[in-house]
Amino acid sequence: MDYFAQQLINGLVLGSIYGLIAIGYTMVYGIVGMINFAHGDIFMIGGFIALITFLILVSFGLTAIPLILLIVLLVSMAITALYGWTVERIAYRPLRHSFRLAPMLSAIGMSFVLTNFSQVAQGARVKPVPPIITGGYTLHEGAEGFVVQLSNVQIIVVITTIVLLALFTWLVSSTRLGRDMRACEQDQTMASLLGVDVDRTISMTFVIGAALAAVAGMMYLLYYGLVDFFMGFVAGIKAFTAAVLGGIGSLPGAMLGGLLIGLIETLWSAYFSVEYKDVAAFSILIVVLIFLPTGLLGRPEVEKV
Amino acid sequence: MSAPPAAQTSRAPGAAFIFKKALISALVALVLFSLMIGVRTEAGSDGQLTYWTRFGELAAIVGAVFGGSILIELLRQWWGPVETIRVVPAPVQNTLAFASRLVAPVLLVFTFLVPVLFYDERYILDLGILVLTYVMLGWGLNVVVGLAGLLDLGYVAFYAVGAYSYALLATNFGLSFWVCLPLAGILAAFWGVLLGFPVLRLRGDYLAIVTLAFGEIIRLVIINWQSLTGGPNGVTGIPRPTLFGIPLTPGDDGLAAMLGIEFSPTHRIVFLFYLILALALLTNWVTIRLRRLPIGRAWEALREDEVACRALGINTTTTKLTAFATGAMFGGFAGAFFATRQGFISPESFTFHESALVLAIVVLGGMGSQLGVALAALAMIGGFELFRGLEQYRMLVFGMAMVLLMIWRPRGLIGHRAPTVFLKRSQAISSDLVKEGHG
Amino acid sequence: MSGGPILSVDRLSMRFGGIVAVNDLSFNAEQRKITALIGPNGAGKTTVFNCITGFYKPSSGALRLTHEDGHVIQLERLNDFRISKLARVARTFQNIRLFPGMTALENLMVAQHNALMRASGLTFLGLIGAPSWRKAEQDAIDLARTWLDRIGLLDRADDAAGNLPYGDQRRLEIARAMCTQPALLCLDEPAAGLNARESAALSELLLSIRGDQGTSILLIEHDMSVVMEISDHVVVMDHGVKIAEGTPQQIRDDPKVIAAYLGTDEEEAIAVMESGT
Repeated sequence: MDYFAQQLINGLVLGSIYGLIAIGYTMVYGIVGMINFAHGDIFMIGGFIALITFLILVSFGLTAIPLILLIVLLVSMAITALYGWTVERIAYRPLRHSFRLAPMLSAIGMSFVLTNFSQVAQGARVKPVPPIITGGYTLHEGAEGFVVQLSNVQIIVVITTIVLLALFTWLVSSTRLGRDMRACEQDQTMASLLGVDVDRTISMTFVIGAALAAVAGMMYLLYYGLVDFFMGFVAGIKAFTAAVLGGIGSLPGAMLGGLLIGLIETLWSAYFSVEYKDVAAFSILIVVLIFLPTGLLGRPEVEKV
Repeated sequence: MSAPPAAQTSRAPGAAFIFKKALISALVALVLFSLMIGVRTEAGSDGQLTYWTRFGELAAIVGAVFGGSILIELLRQWWGPVETIRVVPAPVQNTLAFASRLVAPVLLVFTFLVPVLFYDERYILDLGILVLTYVMLGWGLNVVVGLAGLLDLGYVAFYAVGAYSYALLATNFGLSFWVCLPLAGILAAFWGVLLGFPVLRLRGDYLAIVTLAFGEIIRLVIINWQSLTGGPNGVTGIPRPTLFGIPLTPGDDGLAAMLGIEFSPTHRIVFLFYLILALALLTNWVTIRLRRLPIGRAWEALREDEVACRALGINTTTTKLTAFATGAMFGGFAGAFFATRQGFISPESFTFHESALVLAIVVLGGMGSQLGVALAALAMIGGFELFRGLEQYRMLVFGMAMVLLMIWRPRGLIGHRAPTVFLKRSQAISSDLVKEGHG
Repeated sequence: MSGGPILSVDRLSMRFGGIVAVNDLSFNAEQRKITALIGPNGAGKTTVFNCITGFYKPSSGALRLTHEDGHVIQLERLNDFRISKLARVARTFQNIRLFPGMTALENLMVAQHNALMRASGLTFLGLIGAPSWRKAEQDAIDLARTWLDRIGLLDRADDAAGNLPYGDQRRLEIARAMCTQPALLCLDEPAAGLNARESAALSELLLSIRGDQGTSILLIEHDMSVVMEISDHVVVMDHGVKIAEGTPQQIRDDPKVIAAYLGTDEEEAIAVMESGT
């Protein structure tokens, strides 16, 4: 029971990270109808930027951890958001009215570019960091001596996720930008006729998605203590699975999907097999798309003839 | 320095505009690359992460972006917007049309002669075999993506099934290549039907990502099911092909001895070359024949408008399945060939990158066009070879090439489709009219 | 030969979530006759079509199709391609759905897919080029050629369908539907966007299809002059229910019908009905 409780905690924390990435996928799919294949690699870039920023700050003698975390968060969000903006401008915007395959292949190409770019720029080897945040709380000591723990890192990940989610929900529901985004999602032509700057709104969607992915990258770094240039690919597919599971186009769905995927992956590795945990995640994607294509919180679509 | 005011007309943006745009690009590049290029991290000998700065390289790259941006703007002005219609004078058009009809036969004859012309150059023969393998894969995937318009991002799965089928059947049961080849195709086609059945009703993007997931699942299963597939170590000792039982070895029972000529290791390479050529040509012939039969026409109609197909009484599910299975079968054949050519296979050869590469070849070729796919394979694989030595930049350039290709020529090299039946004459249909399918 | 209706719509209802698009609709379409389904925009006509042709599953009600040989098929139990293949109900679409990247001839060949698949022995006979296959293919080309001639597109047989002018595309879509040799032809606004001359040619084509092929026709149409000229029977819908039914003359004189069109944009329809032409 204690083992299960620990896996539950771990799964939810991992799921928060997936959820943050999934929001980017679902927002972009909702507004431009494309799967941003490069989004997972944006997450990876976010992790790298966080890593480098952290290194520099520490080497300058900074020791106040909250300050370090804040600076790393802001810097990696800002720079990664710029990456997201650049990718959209270069690879997607020229293709917005092109054939359906074109943005997808362009996205795949961009994904290769980002992966290889990191590899070339920072070397192919995994970058480990010593734990930045240590310590935690013991929640429960079990009879066999198994201890259920909640580490400080985990707390930070969950709190950051909640804060960002709240901020983001406020953004989408109450600000002008959020209204514009929802308008473009429903009917781009009409929105532009009503004065919405469609280009800018789409760009901002990518920017926000990238910023959230950056946070996910930083959380990943804190939690696992490493980044490598290939982490975007697998995490990307899992996060997309989360978005689909929750219902593509639905923001709360993305988070819910993320948590579920995180839980399933953690529980699967704990109770069945660790080697096949990725297979489990991919299989969920297939099962969901076959049996529940609109996801848990999505809206069913009627075919127009 | 006082810059001239920006031009009022949209036709000729002034130097100030170009300068400003280049400056913005350079600034963006500076921010993007400040940490990723400006700072280089590496795990030190004690596991501790250290870093050093590379401001010189950062400055160089930002400068290159600045200069490149100016160059691109100038080029864009000179070339005009991407969709400008250029009037090609009639005599040039006619010569081009005539020349284009010659390309296919000339290329075919040349390919047949390659082992003769380059008999002593092992490198060229190996490259030729590699190119032909990808031509075959491209033609196979072309059935799925080019003709039926189904987005398949996991084609490598069938390649892997074919390769591992042959490898395991040959090393465990001693079956010969010629027996295993059709088995590999059948197994791959069977796998295609199994995979295709639940997912083929998904639309475009979703089908793509599901096929990608399938491809990855296959790779992960291969890596982890060590008892069956040997895991990451792969399968070794795969027997080389024989000419219907006659081995190509130096011994007395070898082909060389039978023909009374001196043995040379090049014989096997030449044999492999003609083998893959034959397989590829088989793929080509079957595809061309099928295009003219109702099933092939149904594939193309599916790509054009699936709803209309249903209204005409066509079972779209079985139509999609046959396309998928046919493409899978050819992938399986190619996989079996790959296994026998290398003598050794491992999961590393069956990554998503392969699927993306074959898909890029099909799209670059101009979907549905046999000649286009062949030329695209030649261009891509040839291009990759030029990157020998710069391998770490290969995916970077490939990715950028894909992006640029989609922006510049999303319909591929061959800009038209040839109809499969005609009353009076066969008129090429411009690719602007041809749909690319929604999955 | 049975004398009953070819299509009997019995208490058809279609609900989407909370919206009732079609409510308890019943009417008959007679064999070898042209039945028109008219009504202002939003009346639910295309929804009825989509139910009949298998694109929607009716929420309730029956759609009984009776072939000339007496064979009866319940359409609400079939869906998808089977409506065309088994029940031999063909349709055209409001927004033309040709295969634009294929030639006119190829479009008509695709329509004969099922017959050709059988003849090609599920492709295998075709692959080896068996004589029986070659004959079947030639027959198919001949049928296509006849239809192309009939709609006046014989000299454009090898042109891409997407390149044809609008009126030609409409007629090609009808010819393509006829190449499936249907018992019931359902046309969704075949005269939309056609000028007077093209409408007249369309009327002539439909009348000849009814006369020569003996195919029953069910059509949705807003062009009242076409409806008045060729229909044997007219069913009028408004807001999902039937408000009138009868011969074109009866419909024209029915004040309920004119009232339904008033207040909508359909001035032309009203003018045609009131002028008595």
